Amino acid sequence: MKNNLYKQVIATIGAFVVLASCSKKLDLLPTNDVTSATVYADANGYRQAFAKVYASFALTGNAGPAGNGDIQGIDEGTSDFLRLYWKAQELSTDEAVVAWGDPGIQDFHNMNWSASNPMLTGLYYRAYYQITLANDFIRQSADANLASKGITGADADAIKKYRAEARFLRAYQYSILIDLFGNVPFVTDAETLGSVLPKQKVRAEIFTYIETELKALDAELVDARKNEYGRADKAAAWALLARLYLNAQVYTGTARNTDAATYAKKVLDAGYSLITDYTKIMRADNNVNTSEFILTINYDGLKTQNWGGTTFLTHAPVGGSMVAAQFGVDGGWGGLRTTTALSGKFPDLTGTADKRSQFHVAGQNADISDLTKFTDGYGVTKFRNINMNGTPGKNLTWVDIDFPIFRSAEMNLVYAEAVLRGGTGDATAALGYINSLRTRAGASTVTAAQLNLDFVLDERARELYWEGFRRTDLIRFNKFVESSYVWPWKGGVKGGTNVDAFRKVYPIPSADISSNPNLVQNTGY
Amino acid sequence: MNIKKALVAMLMMLTVFCLSSIAQDRTVTGKVTNAKDGSPLVAASVLVKGSGVGTQTNADGSFSLKVPANATTLVVSSLNFETKEVTLSGNSVSVSLAPSVDQLSDVVVIGYGTVRKKDLTGSVVNVSSKDFNKGVISSPEQLIQGKVAGVQITSNNGAPGSGSTIRIRGGASLNASNDPLIVVDGMPIDGGGISGQANALALINPNDIESFSILKDASATAIYGARASNGVIIITTKKGKSGAPKYTFSSQLSVSKISKKADIFSADEIRDIVKTKGASYVSLLGTASTDWQDEIYQTAISTDNNISVAGAFKKIPYRFSLGNLLQTGVLRSDKLNRTTVGVNLSPSLFDNHLTININYKLASSATNFADQGAIGAATYFDPTKPVYSGAAAYNGYWNWLDATSSNGLRALAPKNPLGILLDKSDKSTVTRHIASALIDYKVHFIPALHVIVNTGVDVAEGKGTTVIDDKAATTYMRFKDAAGKFHGGVNNEYRQTRSNSYLNAYLNYAKDIPYLSSRIEFTGGYEFQDYLTTNYNFSDKTYDGTVVNSPNFEFNKPEYRLSSYLGRVNFTVKGKYLFTASVRQDGSSKFNPDNRFAVFPSGAVAWKLKEEGLFKNIKSLSDLKLRASYGVTGQQDGIGYYDYISYYNLGSNTAQYQLGNTFTSIYRPNGYYYNRKWEQTATTNLALDFGFADNRITGTIEAYKRETTDLLNEVNQPAGTNFSNKIVANVGSMENKGIELTLNVQPIRNKNTTLDIAFNATYNKNRITKLTISDDPAYAGARFGGISGGTGNTILIHSVGQQRGSFFVYKQVYDANDKPIDGLYADLNRDGIINEKDLYQYKAVDPQMFFGLSSNLTHKNWSAGFVMRANIGNYLYNNVASSSGTLRNILNPIGYINNGSRDYLKSGFSGNGSNYYLSDYYIQNASFLRIDNVNVSYNVGKVFHNKAAMRISANVQNVLTITKYTGLDPEMNGGVDNNFYPRPRTIVLGVNLDF
Repeated sequence: MKNNLYKQVIATIGAFVVLASCSKKLDLLPTNDVTSATVYADANGYRQAFAKVYASFALTGNAGPAGNGDIQGIDEGTSDFLRLYWKAQELSTDEAVVAWGDPGIQDFHNMNWSASNPMLTGLYYRAYYQITLANDFIRQSADANLASKGITGADADAIKKYRAEARFLRAYQYSILIDLFGNVPFVTDAETLGSVLPKQKVRAEIFTYIETELKALDAELVDARKNEYGRADKAAAWALLARLYLNAQVYTGTARNTDAATYAKKVLDAGYSLITDYTKIMRADNNVNTSEFILTINYDGLKTQNWGGTTFLTHAPVGGSMVAAQFGVDGGWGGLRTTTALSGKFPDLTGTADKRSQFHVAGQNADISDLTKFTDGYGVTKFRNINMNGTPGKNLTWVDIDFPIFRSAEMNLVYAEAVLRGGTGDATAALGYINSLRTRAGASTVTAAQLNLDFVLDERARELYWEGFRRTDLIRFNKFVESSYVWPWKGGVKGGTNVDAFRKVYPIPSADISSNPNLVQNTGY
Repeated sequence: MNIKKALVAMLMMLTVFCLSSIAQDRTVTGKVTNAKDGSPLVAASVLVKGSGVGTQTNADGSFSLKVPANATTLVVSSLNFETKEVTLSGNSVSVSLAPSVDQLSDVVVIGYGTVRKKDLTGSVVNVSSKDFNKGVISSPEQLIQGKVAGVQITSNNGAPGSGSTIRIRGGASLNASNDPLIVVDGMPIDGGGISGQANALALINPNDIESFSILKDASATAIYGARASNGVIIITTKKGKSGAPKYTFSSQLSVSKISKKADIFSADEIRDIVKTKGASYVSLLGTASTDWQDEIYQTAISTDNNISVAGAFKKIPYRFSLGNLLQTGVLRSDKLNRTTVGVNLSPSLFDNHLTININYKLASSATNFADQGAIGAATYFDPTKPVYSGAAAYNGYWNWLDATSSNGLRALAPKNPLGILLDKSDKSTVTRHIASALIDYKVHFIPALHVIVNTGVDVAEGKGTTVIDDKAATTYMRFKDAAGKFHGGVNNEYRQTRSNSYLNAYLNYAKDIPYLSSRIEFTGGYEFQDYLTTNYNFSDKTYDGTVVNSPNFEFNKPEYRLSSYLGRVNFTVKGKYLFTASVRQDGSSKFNPDNRFAVFPSGAVAWKLKEEGLFKNIKSLSDLKLRASYGVTGQQDGIGYYDYISYYNLGSNTAQYQLGNTFTSIYRPNGYYYNRKWEQTATTNLALDFGFADNRITGTIEAYKRETTDLLNEVNQPAGTNFSNKIVANVGSMENKGIELTLNVQPIRNKNTTLDIAFNATYNKNRITKLTISDDPAYAGARFGGISGGTGNTILIHSVGQQRGSFFVYKQVYDANDKPIDGLYADLNRDGIINEKDLYQYKAVDPQMFFGLSSNLTHKNWSAGFVMRANIGNYLYNNVASSSGTLRNILNPIGYINNGSRDYLKSGFSGNGSNYYLSDYYIQNASFLRIDNVNVSYNVGKVFHNKAAMRISANVQNVLTITKYTGLDPEMNGGVDNNFYPRPRTIVLGVNLDF
């Protein structure tokens, strides 16, 4: 009996010891997700992580079309970079109106956005998201890291190119951020992720950073037009520099028009040429437009699905009497139209005298008495998920159209404007660049006498409308907030009205102000 | 496990028990009465001690029993009476049993043990089966709805088997879970559901439940440390009883019907509106008059049958139960068929030194889920259209067409509600096994020392298929394959398994210390829990099996573990000063190794004032006890399992990126938060228990304050510092303060009649005290509560200084006639523009006060009762009105007509712009008084040649709701009323047989 008891006691103690050892079993790993060490073990993993840096342009998360979003606090479909950037750049201008009631969307027309506008918050965090991914990738692909993993030779060379492109994408997003938000927090791969609260830098400082970075990248990026489709090359860096210099007066107070002309020319001299048919720029298989496209965001109806991007730009303008099938989609979203301020810049509405005039007029009222009514305002038919041969894209919901963030036509316009603004350059060449755009469009050419700055602004509208340029252009021409230029519903008033000058920059989202004490809000907000 | 096999096994075992009758020698007769009033006790159990021989008393309390010659003692017992042993001294005995204060409520189950109710120091409420709600109860928590102060149970909706949201003292968290920990027979269960059954509790047969213990204050809950911040509910299931097998059979038949429809326009009203307001839409009008709600709802018939047997086989008490619930939903095609098996064995060995309690529960349910999208569609669908189009397309259902669209249907228009329901089959089967064993060893040489081992597993599998016909409008031509051919419909599978295991071992030592007139009890042990889920991934396929896309991984197995040490000391002095202290250290795999462990202490004192001279002599005062406690509990539910470091996630096949001519799968680093730690809630509790008039009036008044710090709160991250812009971090604090009153009164108690009235009232005030790292007056708070209307609109906010879940809205401006002015809102910050800076916090979702009142009257063989509940101060956003009650909705700009809420007649809103969605006009007072249940039953007495006692009952559930709220139902979780599955009114007829 006594023996038994001892056995019991020993067994009990034994059991407790076994139990106690369970406490060491609290280190668990996820089933399918992996650590950075696994991802960055070989060249293929580097390419997959690198693909995400680009993909944060084209996807809203890791499960297309939605379900595992990158950006929190905003509807995932809305959180797409292009969709948000487009709204911030176009809905606030004369080029586009929207019928919807999504939170904050009508603020763009009313020009009464606040620091808690969810669209601006989403856009801001989307831009920083790509920067954060780029920073991580740049750190992971440092030479020492590659060496320590035994990645050498062609693999290492390829990864170094990836790294250069990650730096380019970071510079691109900083250019977006200073354009939209002015003085913004600045963080690079130099700081370990999350180790410090980013410090706010003034616009001009970040301008200099972008300029220096892009120039440095000239030695690292693949030569112009030599990279794979969808990847940045030297021409992309030059194009970004040209765009940045053109707006230097706004960003820094100092004009850099000669530099703008120089870099625009550099791009154009790299061998780009306009595609022959303007109406085929935004088509399902527009990935063939490589003679004109410098860098694109790539979408695919089957493999790169999201609810933003060109899916948004194709569905949202379809409504009223428009036939969805003609746009290669399964139905319209009845949202986007334009104002007479844009349609009036063309000689006609049918595209006869200028093929770039792509409007849907039937059943639409030219005047907008009710912003939320789709049939008020002309429809825009620029984006079609239809292949060049007339067949629809791969999928009728998610669209195949790639979106050019840089195409050479913009460089034609940058060169002409920079020269007109007093930059050193060739006035004859400038006129030629403008006329080549017009000729392609089947529009009449202009003379040197007709070519002035206001003409360039209008020509930019005709050539580049709905491509995300308008707000920046109007600010550069002092026509965004001023009373000198109003358009229907500017400032929320049917006839249009001027608004406070502080609205030339958007507010830093209060979400960041409340979590980063280093930040100072933009004046006026 | 196969149900059939289990059934066969059970029946065989039953047969064995039934055959165990043995030779009998003499006959003893007698009568059993109530010691209190001398009334006869019906169906009292009379057993020969030490054998399985026994019988039950008749309607007059008499019995006749053949007993073996060597029998010396009879054991006489009856529910709610003290069991008595009678020595046999002749062939006739007369036994009177004293009513127990209630055997069940006398001993209360607490964490890791039991305690006599009168020795409780913490806030623990026990509800036993006799006080359960009656009627068709498909999920256990509904048994105690309205019964306990401070506990709010809101059924999620009217769907069969749908669960409830349980809040104890308002819940302690914001973004982490607010659900209480649920412990079944000692085993903490995972509150989450499983694919095919969203409500984990619905897999426990309510008929198998003996009692609930609700642990409210930290003194009671801190022993569960880790997951106790939102309170603990301990469910104890029924056990075997010594004696001859007693069978209980119950059968219920119920008929359910919706009691109220959404208030939308009739076909004629729509025709009028269209003719007067939308000339261009007149051509779209139809001539039919269809009430779509009538089309989708049905009268539902349900049955609930249960049989159980309890007894003892060779000293091994056992209980077997078998139940079947066949519940039809009021929404057509909704059906639940659940079969449950329960087995309990509770043998005692070695002179009762070793007691073992083994529980096994099997639940198997087959469900067909109706597509609840039909509810919204029935609100919106044009009533001037017929149900069927007369054409074969889209399976014959009338739908909005558009010849120019690729599939012929008008994009974004609602689909035929009946088509939505009947074109879809969504069948699941769920099987769950819960097995647990509690071994209690009273050490031979130190009987005061118990070694207790409690272990169990909870294994469940849910799987199902979702099939939508390829001609169904909802998914018509939804996929174009590589060859350009279209495929429609859905043919998908899902599967999930759970495997949770639990091991707990502790020592319990109790000793009287006579020279101190005191008693000390010590409990201490170790516990380990493992929660493993396996989610299987399947391809998305069209009806004909064409793969739309396939997953990257076959399955995913999220898992977390808890490892804990716990201890408790109870110290009682002179039987009237009670002290309890507990401490628990928890380790969770969800936190980084540095923050993983936390200690949760608690302490409580109770003073039995009644035992003091001053009160002892007050005759009318039968009980008076003062209790006070303080403790800290923790929280780790509702957060990521692994995200204290960043892991890389492989993108899906539809989230690749084209680089060059190839599409590359992407690796994304996920957001993470290394420094996350336990959320902690400190609770102070003060209570007074009282009893008057021989405890015919008993009650408790209780006040508490709960402060939650280091809130697990989704906060914004500084841009550029994380892979996610929002992450759950420990930021913020919140407090709940409240008062609870419980009152049980027995105004009538005599030989023929008893009347019991139970009342409880709760006042809870919640306030958020901190939300951000750095205080920013411009930060309004964290917005949430998505609504239907616009994309991404939210209606709720957590703001500092306000109640959790306040509405965040524009202040509607009204005209002189009190009619809201369309599109006009107060410019609260007076900056001349209306934007989100003009939103303000208005009212909140949670009630400030809630009440429960139930009563039961027994007169001779009749019994009748009711249960009522009331909530005061809870508000709802009427999303049905806001999204459908506008002209723009009825005359949809895309080119079709919708039905809508009749609220349009009141508001006259155009639906232009978007601010109206967030108008405070739609925030309505949803305070209510609800009669949940009225029941009556009759004790028929002995039937079937005196072999069985029968009781028949009838009751009505969801009898009446009184409210100012204009929507369908004022009682909803989450604050947003949008196409709610109506709770039906149900009439139940039941019969119970005991034999």
